Parts: sequence; C-alpha cells; structure tokens
Amino acid sequence: MIKVILTRITSLFLVLAAISVLVFLIFFATPGVDPAARIAGRNADQQTLIQVRHSFGLDKPIPLRYLSMMNHLFIQRDLTSYVNRGTKVIPELLSTIPATLSLVVGASIIWLLMSVVLGIKAASSKRKWIDPLISVLGIVGVSIPVYWLGEVVNLITQSKLHDSIFHWLPPLGYVGITSDPVQWFLHLIFPWITLSILYTGIYIRVLRSEILTAMTEDFVKTERAKGAGEKRILYRHAFRMSLLSIVSLFGLDFGALVGGSALLTEVVFNIHGIGKLTFDSLQNFDLPVIMATVIYASFFVVLANAIVDIVYAWLDPRVRYE
Amino acid sequence: MIGLKKHTQVAFSQSPGRVSWEILNKDKRTRISFAILLLIIALAILAPIYSSFIAHTNPFVSSLDASFNMNGKTVQVLQPSTQGLGLGVTPIGPTWKFNHYFLGADSQGRDIVARILYGGRNTLFIGFVSSLLTMFFAILIGVIAGYYRGFIDNFLSRILDLIWAFPVYLLAISLSVVLLTSGLNFGFIHFGAGSLALPIFIIGMVYIPYVARPLRAQVLSIRERDFVKAAIGYGAGNSNIIFTEILPNVLPSALVFFPIMVALNMLTESALSFLSIGVQPPSASWGTIINDGLALLYTRPLVAILPGLMIVITAAALNLYGDAVRDALDPKLNTRIIK
Repeated sequence: MIKVILTRITSLFLVLAAISVLVFLIFFATPGVDPAARIAGRNADQQTLIQVRHSFGLDKPIPLRYLSMMNHLFIQRDLTSYVNRGTKVIPELLSTIPATLSLVVGASIIWLLMSVVLGIKAASSKRKWIDPLISVLGIVGVSIPVYWLGEVVNLITQSKLHDSIFHWLPPLGYVGITSDPVQWFLHLIFPWITLSILYTGIYIRVLRSEILTAMTEDFVKTERAKGAGEKRILYRHAFRMSLLSIVSLFGLDFGALVGGSALLTEVVFNIHGIGKLTFDSLQNFDLPVIMATVIYASFFVVLANAIVDIVYAWLDPRVRYE
Repeated sequence: MIGLKKHTQVAFSQSPGRVSWEILNKDKRTRISFAILLLIIALAILAPIYSSFIAHTNPFVSSLDASFNMNGKTVQVLQPSTQGLGLGVTPIGPTWKFNHYFLGADSQGRDIVARILYGGRNTLFIGFVSSLLTMFFAILIGVIAGYYRGFIDNFLSRILDLIWAFPVYLLAISLSVVLLTSGLNFGFIHFGAGSLALPIFIIGMVYIPYVARPLRAQVLSIRERDFVKAAIGYGAGNSNIIFTEILPNVLPSALVFFPIMVALNMLTESALSFLSIGVQPPSASWGTIINDGLALLYTRPLVAILPGLMIVITAAALNLYGDAVRDALDPKLNTRIIK
C-alpha cells in the first residue's frame, strides 16, 4: 500500500511539472502569439514593445523565463500579475477558493442525494413508467448547457418575479460564509441547483445501469438462493456494488470542479471563484495567473485521481489482490 | 435489458453485427431520436431558403434602421425603448408572421429565426466533424498503444494522462485564446481566427483521452485472445492483424461513443462560443446567439432562450440515440458513460 502511495505521489509531481511546461509552451512558444503585444495594448509602437519585453523579462530565452516563473511561483512565492502589476498571484488565487468550494460542495450534496434517490428508484421500481421517466430526466439533465440554464434561472428569479415571489433573493454575487451565513446561503441556492442538474443527470444514468448490472452478478444469485429479501439484495449488495463507480466518478468530478471547471456557473452567477479568475486571466493573457490557476486545477485533478485509486483499492478487495 | 432478451431469441443464427442492427432498429428510442435529429438537420439545411424566400433578410448583416410594412403600418425593427429612462432601442418582439421577423429581431436588427437556422448549421457541423476527429485519433492511439505495448504504449499513455489531468474546459479555453490570436497552421494551410477549423480542431483534441483510454484497455485484452494468437501463429503481419482482427473488435465500442461525443462536443462548442472564444462573428452558432441574447435577456428573452432550447433538444436526441446504440452493441455495458 505504501509503495502504491509513493509511486502515486511521484507521478503527481511529474504530471504537474509536465503540465506547467505545456501551459508555458502554449502561451509563450505558439508562433504568432506575442505576450508583450497583449500587455502593451493594441496599437503600441516598437519602442513600447521593446520596453515591455525588457521590463517583463520577455526578452530572455524561453527556458530561463520558465525557470524564473517557477522560482517566483513556488520558491519565492511572490509572482505578480502582468495585467495588474503589484497584485500578487498566490494571495489572489487563495482568496477565490472559499467561493468555489462553497459552490461545489453545496452542489455536490444536492446531486448526490438526488441521484441516489432517483437512480435506485429507476433501477428498482415495479411501476412501468417510472424507469423511462427518470431516464428521460437524466438525458435532459446531461443535455442542458449549464450557462444557459443559469441565464434562464436568472431571468426567472432576477427579473419581473423578483418583485413578488423572489423578493427574498439577493442580487447576483457571493458573500462569504463567515461574514453572513444566511446571505451566503441565499446567494448560492440557485447556483447550487443549476450546477447540480447536469451532474444529477450523469449520476442517475451511471447508478441505474450499475445497479442493473450488479443485479445479474453471481453474488446476487447466491443471495437469492440463500433466501435474502429483494430489499436487502438491492441495498446491501447491488447498491453497494454500484457505489464503487460512483466513488470514482465523484472523485474526478469534484477534483475538476474545485479546480475551476465550474467556471461557466461562476461566470453566469457572478461568483468570483477560481474558474472566473482563470477565465479573466486567460482573456487578458495574464500568464502568471494562468500558470498558477492551471497548476492548481491540475493538482486537484491528479490528486483526485490518486485518491480515487486508493479508495477504490480499499473498497474493492478484487482490485487489491490483483 | 428487457428488449435484448426478446430479440436475441429470434436471431440466434445471425451474425452479432446483424443482431445488434436489428435490436437497434426495433428500439423505440432510435426512431424518436432519429425523427428529431432529421427534423433539426432539415431545418438547418433549409436555412438559406427561409432567409431568402420567406423572411427576405440577410441574417449576417446588421440593419439598425430597417423597417417593414405590417398591416398597412410601417414598423421599425429597432424601436425606441419604453423601459427605464427610455434611452436606446429595443429590437422588435415576435410578430408571428413568417415574412416579417416571425420571432423578432436581435440587437443588430437581424431576424432571429434565420440566425438560429444558420447557427444550427455551424453547431451541428462542428459537433459532427470534431467528433470524427476525436474518434479517428482516439482509435489510432488506442489501437497502436494497446497493440504494440511496451515503450510506445508508455509514451502514448503518458501523453493521454497529461491531457487528462488538464481540466477539459481550461484546456479548450487556453487553446482557443491562443489560437484566436495566432491562427492555426498545418504546413502551407493557414486557418484564420474566423475559420470554423479552429473550434473543430480544439474541441476534437481535448476529448481524445476520454475515448482513447477505454479503447486502449480493450485492445490490450483483445490482443490476448485466441484468434489473435492464431493469426500470429499462421504468420500474419502486424498491419494485417490490426486491420482484420483488432479493429473490427474495437469498432463497436467506438460506435457507442460516437453519438455521445457529438452531443458533448456540441455542448462544448456552445460553451466556448458563449464565452466568445468559439465561433467568431459574423458567423453564428447557437452558443454565440445565446451570448448575443444576454444583453436582451430581460427585454427580449426569446433571443437567448430559443437557441438554448435547440441545443437541449439536439443533445438529448443524440444522447437518447447513444443509449439505444449502447444497449444494442454493448449488452454487458462495458463502455462506461462518460461526461
């Protein structure tokens, strides 16, 4: 087990290093892309461009620039933004984490509860119309563009109905849980619902098909032969079995969302989280911020991958003994 | 699952491919999703006919001072705003007349229906072609890595791991931002920022690992099967084994991925376009129209709502078809649903 964890950690650092190189190359070595021109503005003259190149260190060779950026990011920890000079990247990044975490944790609680209830219902219901109905709900859930759903939600809750039914709803934005828990909750309730609908759709579909597959396994037949009731088989065996794939799926989704994949939801609801920070910095070519956020995001994805593998081995003895 | 049992009983003497085909054809979901998709494709193909012969507008030219004659009265397309301070203009709402702005105009005075029909062309085209690209490279990488194993497999798998660790949307957005400045170059061919090749390339690339990894795993196991050993035994060459033994056995799984990929790629395209780093004006896609409609969300909500509904309907039909294909080709549900 310790060996597994150690190799995992080594590969985690290798992947992160490779990703930082990849991002650096995408933004600095793509022919035709000149970060200096972006910083200097649209119609900057040659003189200004040379000045900008020099003051941002963009006239140095690419490997040196990369090493200097990594040095400032990880060792000196004083990397500053290209666009707002003087803004330190790391505190800026850290300040967005609570908003993203609040959004993702709340949404994942909703989608896990919803999909477990509906997924089990779809796989086990005796009534004929329930399974197709829930399956259609799942399909619609995975087919809705999340940013569009967010806009429709805004249209309903922030427009004409805001004077009557939704008068209790604050305007778009985010309030920290420590400053005002009630406002925190009210600001996030609709972003939570919006974000969770897509994932509810995915999880219902996975859970349903996993339970149905588990029901055909030999251990279920053995249980039946032993005379166990259908309820016991469903919850103690089939559902438990299907939790394996839910665990791995959830680990990956949660990692990606915390890393910034919730950016569309954050943009639509004006929540200043990690995704919105990344998006803003991408549009300004603010490379130091991009570098920090992408490494941060990849760190969560790779970490989630590693945790999932370890949890999987712990949950499923068959994987452990292979 | 229930449908499966019924059909396999009557079709025992037929080839597995034939059996799957019949199951698929008898599936109600196939018919429903096909009807919806055909209708949407037909609408997109008929876009020029609608705009030239019915609505008589050009959906790519803004007409801020246009007016037309309705019920004997001259109506401005962009009307003075009645809300707030009364400054600015609001585009006309639905007239419910096919020849004059049936569902109204956008902020540039362009007919919404014509925009949505033309936008559908781009959205569908990008979704389809980028999925072909994804499938092609995923099959190529999956088969080569799984068949040759060893160093080649290690090398390719590490690259896949790398892209896998890069959150999809962040990768797609990074590539879009950069390529919109530099354009895309393949040798002598250059695609500028306005070309549809850019979003197709970007979206086609980012999902390769999601398909290539399961296919590789499958090739690894097919390679150990007796019929491959037999082929090696009678002296078949590598390319012969790949094309006659391996490929036909991974194609069903690849086919299961295809409709889901088209839906996924369409959604990604629309998201990029919504963030205005996908399809570039004057071209339109459902995503760009939603973006255009944001400014009018509270006065003319239809501009943003309709293209979104089109996306939901199309993606849902594709996912429904994907489910039917999966149940027909992959009864043991080997191919996990991907995101």
